[in-house]
Amino acid sequence: MVPCTGRVDEVMILKAFENGADGVMVVGCLEGDCHFVKGNLRAREKVRRAADLLAKAGLGEERARMYNLSAGEGAKFAAHVADMVEHVRGLGPSPINLVRAGAKASPTNVREG
Amino acid sequence: MIMGEVKPFEEVMAIIEPYDDIVLAGCHGCVTVCRAGGEKEVQVLASTIRLARETAGRPIQIKEVTLERQCDPEYLETMRPYATDHQAVLSIACGAGVQFMAEHYMGLPVLPGINTSFIGVTERQGEWAERCQACGDCVLHLTGGICPVTRCSKSLFHGPCGGSSNGKCEIDKNVACGWQLIIDRLKSLNQLDNYRKLQSFKRWRTSRDGGPRRIVRKDLQE
Repeated sequence: MVPCTGRVDEVMILKAFENGADGVMVVGCLEGDCHFVKGNLRAREKVRRAADLLAKAGLGEERARMYNLSAGEGAKFAAHVADMVEHVRGLGPSPINLVRAGAKASPTNVREG
Repeated sequence: MIMGEVKPFEEVMAIIEPYDDIVLAGCHGCVTVCRAGGEKEVQVLASTIRLARETAGRPIQIKEVTLERQCDPEYLETMRPYATDHQAVLSIACGAGVQFMAEHYMGLPVLPGINTSFIGVTERQGEWAERCQACGDCVLHLTGGICPVTRCSKSLFHGPCGGSSNGKCEIDKNVACGWQLIIDRLKSLNQLDNYRKLQSFKRWRTSRDGGPRRIVRKDLQE
């Protein structure tokens, strides 16, 4: 958790995928309601840039998404999380995770003896 | 400062294709300010490359470093611990930094990760523009602080050409006519006499014509 989504940057999102995430959702305050004026708007732009990079890396741009809600909207938060989970399930595992799973299952990694 | 732009990702991937273990070297100088080759850009590019290569089934090791500057020998020395342990360096410094790195570590391939664009300024966040072509014979004192070599698309020295219209250049209606800028500025400074002075021809020998340029200050040498 960060105090403002303005602190989120592309590196954090990309690292999540390096660490095995199949999708990343960034949840910020409502647009126009940022205590730091433009934090959530900057976050949206950075999520978009991260998505572009994910597309270039072959993971697909649709795996990173930005959502907005107020801190008092618990039910809406839960709905957004459910939406994201459904979205990522529909996409299936990240290609990099499929490669890693394949490598683990590869006979070259099976000990003989 | 020197401005640069990150090369297209596909080009970077093609450049590093032969290697499986590289150093990705940024620079805390100019390219940090123009968001092309600083510490943040090192992190983003390294992460994207790792994701792409592993997804393609050919993982790559990347050591991430950002030097204070890549155009000074003492800072390049800080790269030495990595110079022998990796197959190549992908430098996202300007062209001067890439070349100086290559000179410094002769046995190590040094590859460019950005395109060096121009000497310029930050006009506003996310927008940079050229201001100097390093011609080596500055006339800004005569032209109201606006460079005719850079701001005039034809680098004219004696006023606007016939392509100046409503303060814009004929090459693009979004480009200001450099000479209109100069004249307006001279007027506002009450220095329009400068415009009426006949200038001798431009000494281009101080520019790129004489091969690579060099400045020697014996008073500063040890």
